[in-house]
Amino acid sequence: MTNPPSSPNRPAENRPVQSKPVQRVTVTSPRTRAPRARRPYSGTREINEQSELGAVYMRTLIRAQRRLGLFVCLIACGSLMTLPLLFTFTDVGRVKVMGLGLPWFLLCVLVFPMLLLAGWFYVRQAERSEREFAELVERP
Amino acid sequence: MTHTSAIVAVITVALGTILVGTYGLRVSRTTSDFYVASRTVSPWWNASAIGGEYLSAASFVGIAGLIFAYGPDMLWFPVGYTAGYLVLLTMVAAPLRRSGAYTLPDFAEARFRSRVVRAVASVLALMIGWLYLLPQFEGAGLTLHTVTGAPDWVGALIVAVVVTVNVISGGMRSITFVQAFQYWLKLTAITVPIVFLIGAWQSQGAESLTKPEFPVFREDTTVTFPKTTGVHAEKPVFINGSGVVDGLRIENAGHFLTTGDHVIGENSRFEFPAGAVVPHVHGTGHNTNESWSLPLSSNSPFPLYAAYSLIIATFLGTMGLPHVIVRFYTNPNGHAARRTTLIVLGLLSVFYLMPPMYGALGRLYTPELLMTGQTDAVVLVLPSKMIAGFGGELLGALVAGGAFAAFLSTSSGLMVSLAGVLSQDVLRLGGVRGFRVSTVLAGLVPLSMTFLSTGMPVADMVGLAFAVAASSLCPLLLLGIWSSRITTVGAVAGMLAGGLPALTAGLVTMFTETGNAWYQVLLSRPAAWTVPLGFTVMYVVSLLTPRRVPAGVNRAMVKLHAPENLGLEAGEDRS
Repeated sequence: MTNPPSSPNRPAENRPVQSKPVQRVTVTSPRTRAPRARRPYSGTREINEQSELGAVYMRTLIRAQRRLGLFVCLIACGSLMTLPLLFTFTDVGRVKVMGLGLPWFLLCVLVFPMLLLAGWFYVRQAERSEREFAELVERP
Repeated sequence: MTHTSAIVAVITVALGTILVGTYGLRVSRTTSDFYVASRTVSPWWNASAIGGEYLSAASFVGIAGLIFAYGPDMLWFPVGYTAGYLVLLTMVAAPLRRSGAYTLPDFAEARFRSRVVRAVASVLALMIGWLYLLPQFEGAGLTLHTVTGAPDWVGALIVAVVVTVNVISGGMRSITFVQAFQYWLKLTAITVPIVFLIGAWQSQGAESLTKPEFPVFREDTTVTFPKTTGVHAEKPVFINGSGVVDGLRIENAGHFLTTGDHVIGENSRFEFPAGAVVPHVHGTGHNTNESWSLPLSSNSPFPLYAAYSLIIATFLGTMGLPHVIVRFYTNPNGHAARRTTLIVLGLLSVFYLMPPMYGALGRLYTPELLMTGQTDAVVLVLPSKMIAGFGGELLGALVAGGAFAAFLSTSSGLMVSLAGVLSQDVLRLGGVRGFRVSTVLAGLVPLSMTFLSTGMPVADMVGLAFAVAASSLCPLLLLGIWSSRITTVGAVAGMLAGGLPALTAGLVTMFTETGNAWYQVLLSRPAAWTVPLGFTVMYVVSLLTPRRVPAGVNRAMVKLHAPENLGLEAGEDRS
């Protein structure tokens, strides 16, 4: 059953010769209909009992959320924080956009949709990672 | 200038606030109701309430005043007040709600299980709250003075009394309704007039706001100087009236004000001719309308430092404000807390489109405020200046009512959270009676402080409260939520190392005249050095005292970060 059909000169089965090793085959599935052994604990229980595994679950969640939060903050606030430098050391502050000076256009108009977009993106991602965490720890 | 309709508007807002508050009294009964409305408020209500509470005197009158005087450098105030909510949303909102505590000291105790950390956080929250209440009361005094000519303390007293009565009778549940109502009132009160004002400006020929000329009087203008004022005249101007100029007494006569610095005495009253260049108060830049509209025109000796300090204070300070924090407990769970914050971001974005327009139009229509230094009044004065007759008066009344709503709502929110801190941590008086006693005390302290301060712009004062919050409670929240290494010793050391210098700098700026000393900007905008100090001390001291990591930190982290519906045991006291 495990013999690959592609080998043309396989050794005869009645000749148990050890010189030539039997060709290896990758087994990719258990090939059984029997149910797998259930893991003894769910993730929820691991966390509640303060096990090492539970701590790993929590650390993963906290790290993911921290990375996401810092990422959104750094992109949004970081790009805003370059503006005083730009206005000080270049002349872009004198550029006009739609009749408004660039600083006015950026800081009175454009900044607000940008902050909202960043906030919306964050909420979407944070809720997704919490859903994934829930699926992970609630898996029986 | 006395306007009957403005007085009517102010009285209506005050009475309306009390009425809506009393309506809430019927539904609030238990202690839990009093503090956090039993956490049954929907995200939209909650977000409106947060917006109503957050848009203070600084937002309603202060920002426009600063932009009017100092130009686009001051745009960082509205941007920072809004971006602060993005930082709050991404780093704090959900964990803070999940911590399940009522006030910031509750959070400190839930996370660190230490009475000492709690006590320090309480004292700081109290100080920040008082520092923030003070400009609200001053703003109220200014508004009432502008519309009725009443002495400054009258407005402060009215706001203090209305808010105390309201908080005592209804607690936070009624406050939630009051606050939500206040947001929409404030948005209306600032939007409707500006639409008409822009219309009036357009119909009068849409004069350029950025001409390369100094602001000039549009008509013969009589100006009263409420206190001794140092001014700088860019061009000579011939004035007429009574008062004291450079120590010289003038009685109903003309006087030639030469180019340069002059001191005009208290209660002087002079008429300035139409077309004359407006002298400006000492400390503001020598700006034409064109140079005013460019960045770095604010005449600060270290503009870049000032800008970054302001950015740091406002971006990080929002999360440490006691009245903002307390709102998060009225969300049913962490998800709702996030959604609420996102809606707040939207509500603030809409509101903050308006104040810069008032500031810019003020350069054309109310330039005399540049001379008296009452720049905070620009929002209040502009409607009646630009639109003649009853229409202008009505719009002025609307703005005055909105401004009063701003003082009332922010003060209410602050008072609730301060009273909570006072009754639980300082006076140790439980129950509804303790809460009421604390409310009275929470209002009395800043009311007495209004008699001492030196009349700096309200938005600057609020900026100082933000700086203290950003240097003390912000490190506690951010590091407490995201690092399990922070120890009790580290938390206390960090809060003190950041908070005390910021607080000292703030008090020195408010109550003394530091003039133009080189360190003045370090004191008036302390955040750029106190915030890194607070964070560094908290983290380094924590690493040095690894044995003082609070017991049960893992459980605390589970409680802060795990979604509520998973049946995790961390949230044992969830109600």
